[in-house]
Amino acid sequence: MKILFFGNLREQLGTGEIELPVAPGTNNIAELLETLKQRGPEWQQTLSAGSLLCAVNQTMATRDTLLEDSDEVALFPPVTGG
Amino acid sequence: MITIAVQAADFDAGQEIRQLQADRTDVGGIAIFTGQVRDTGDKPLGFMHLEHYPGMTEASLQQTAEQAAQRWALIDIRIVHRIGDLLPGDQIVFVGVSSIHREAAFNACEFIMDHLKTHAPFWKKEYYRDGSTQWVEAKQTDQQRNARWDQHN
Repeated sequence: MKILFFGNLREQLGTGEIELPVAPGTNNIAELLETLKQRGPEWQQTLSAGSLLCAVNQTMATRDTLLEDSDEVALFPPVTGG
Repeated sequence: MITIAVQAADFDAGQEIRQLQADRTDVGGIAIFTGQVRDTGDKPLGFMHLEHYPGMTEASLQQTAEQAAQRWALIDIRIVHRIGDLLPGDQIVFVGVSSIHREAAFNACEFIMDHLKTHAPFWKKEYYRDGSTQWVEAKQTDQQRNARWDQHN
């Protein structure tokens, strides 16, 4: 699975994109976040923000959106365009 | 018709308005909004960087425009949003809407801006002249403004 990070999330995690095989049992965004948090303290802290937004295949998603290995997931802070 | 552009280059608001008129005789009114980079903070702004999510950005703006088109009787919608490094005073965004009557144009233009600000995947980072930087924080007031449109329905 391709996972993208944007904005200050990208800076805090020090990466804009990772590839991650979806572990059995990682069925939705909430479970993916828990898996990613285990990568280290930076990840634990950054991905615990309640304001964190997510998209699956370039469409806004929620914590209970279901995932497949072929999905493109993006995690980012609240948007500030316009 | 809906026209979306996400680009680094500047835009000509006059040209955008002429496109909305586009040899038609059924356009009764055109409402537009343009947003600029402002330097009103405590620290003088050097420039602003606009990051986005290529692909999703265009799709998000398209969906916002489609929602406006479903809600009001519109003729054309044009949205231009810039990305990359922008200086104070530079244009960031253009939203233009044409309709037979002004009420639909005014409402749709405001709706598109409110929706865009809370949905389109753009992130602003400010680079100050003293060398420090700061990501722009999302405003609660923008969420509240956008929520008004749900209540109106």
